[in-house]
Amino acid sequence: MLTFSMDRARGNRAAQCTVLSVVHIPRSALEMPTIEKQEATSEETEMPWNVVVHNDPINLMSYVTMVFQRVFGYPRERAEKHMLEVHHNGRSILWSGVRERAELYVQQLHGYLLLATVEKVD
Amino acid sequence: MEICRQNEALEIRELDPFLAELLRQIPESAQPKDSPAAEERLFSPPATPEEKVLCAEWKLYVVPELRRLFQSATETVRQDLQQLRCTDKPFANCTLRIPMAHADAWLNTLNQARLAIAATYQFSDHELCDHYRSPLGSRRDLSLFQVNFYGFLQEFILREIEEGER
Repeated sequence: MLTFSMDRARGNRAAQCTVLSVVHIPRSALEMPTIEKQEATSEETEMPWNVVVHNDPINLMSYVTMVFQRVFGYPRERAEKHMLEVHHNGRSILWSGVRERAELYVQQLHGYLLLATVEKVD
Repeated sequence: MEICRQNEALEIRELDPFLAELLRQIPESAQPKDSPAAEERLFSPPATPEEKVLCAEWKLYVVPELRRLFQSATETVRQDLQQLRCTDKPFANCTLRIPMAHADAWLNTLNQARLAIAATYQFSDHELCDHYRSPLGSRRDLSLFQVNFYGFLQEFILREIEEGER
């Protein structure tokens, strides 16, 4: 199971950037800082995202079912329904919700080597 | 060849030298060095290319974690496979014992190997369904046999995991 999260990654990177800017920026500039906001707006983060699993002819059906049960905690029947949807339709939406959690689910699915992506809900 | 559960382990008995060799090739097949197609499949993108920031961050932060996860599973399998270093009688059948505690590592590594081989050879759906094809024709035929053989092992391990969870 993956323990790494994109949130932590972003946090670490932001912390490193802050340290570098303190070292190099002259004091006069620090008094009137120009802050560039690169973070997503609250509207973007609150917008629901889908976790989509795509068909792959190599992954075994029983394996995919087990992964859905483990990652999402779905009962076997629901996991099988999604697995069959992936098999017959080429894709299935496994979960919808906030972006950060959707990304975390996709990381876990990639850890099991499934073809999974996050997509904005239309 | 015979597979059965023995207490807290899976035992693959009567492994002939050919199948034992295919098992020995699992770690190498799981992490091919010269196959961009395999690399692309094992580390597929998390979103469409339009999501540039997400894809870039993924490569930077998540892919190294995935690589570590896959290497760790492969290392567990590699250690279990040390049992197949038959020195006395190189052509004798042998037995492989896989502790159930290593079942997830085996599932992961077998999957890596199957996906990497299939991505490298780009097997068609028709080929993947042809379970009676002889492995003795070409390197491609042998690789297809590997994919099916490793899949058979995965099925057995999955069944035993499921039994254990009941």
